[in-house]
Amino acid sequence: MEILFYIASIVAVVSTIMVITRLNAVHALLYLVVSLLAVALIFFIIGAPFIAVLEVIIYAGAIMVLFLFVVMMLNLGKIAVEQERRWLSPGIWIGPAILSLILLLELIFMFAHSSQAIQATMISPKEVGVTLFGPYLLGVELAAMLLLASIVGAYHLSKRKKKAKHRFMEETAE
Amino acid sequence: MISIPMEFGLILAGTLFVLGLIGLMVRRNIIFVLMSIEIMINAAGAAFIFAGAKWGEPDGQIMFLFILAMSAAEVAVGLGLILQIYHKFQTLDGDTVSKMRG
Repeated sequence: MEILFYIASIVAVVSTIMVITRLNAVHALLYLVVSLLAVALIFFIIGAPFIAVLEVIIYAGAIMVLFLFVVMMLNLGKIAVEQERRWLSPGIWIGPAILSLILLLELIFMFAHSSQAIQATMISPKEVGVTLFGPYLLGVELAAMLLLASIVGAYHLSKRKKKAKHRFMEETAE
Repeated sequence: MISIPMEFGLILAGTLFVLGLIGLMVRRNIIFVLMSIEIMINAAGAAFIFAGAKWGEPDGQIMFLFILAMSAAEVAVGLGLILQIYHKFQTLDGDTVSKMRG
């Protein structure tokens, strides 16, 4: 069973690397879906089946499809890929990549000294639900308000301004 | 019953986070920037899951649920902004909106 965890984590890291290096947005989104599925498998292995299901349904299902809708609505073609190629000249990778990798190595160095094991005990959805609607009830209500605000905000932001109020007023309207 | 080193899980979460950070700093296309932010949020949630699994408590999973709600809200607003920027400037370059006037 442990080998599944390591294989899934390698898949997650490799597909995430593919996400940040692709030129075509749709290809990157498909790799991101693969990465999220791998992370969901990891969650399932370490004993969080409810979160694994939510990761597949909400992240890989809903949010990524939202991204795909927007990419297809913008209708980016070959021109966008060429533009990406011009923006991504080889030199600009070096600085951010090296600095971030230094931070990652420091993190690994810090973790390398401790040795604790995760004993994967299954935490059932019932247990999660009881805790969610018990001590964390206020957080649930705040999350609901946040989602409501984001619905209103997204509707307001993605609304296109009307050019003219009436077809006969088209010349005067500005 | 399987047993996985705790630090390996945290290193995995850190690796995903750093990859998202590299993507955020390198890409100029705002769709890719938003995708990198998604990677980073997901990695932070994964760290919560690993910590929750270490102690065998559901609290880590509940934090992941809140992170999921926050991420969904952020994506909705961010994609609305991307649509508006594309309609206004006909480009997805993040640098075009660096000046906030009107």
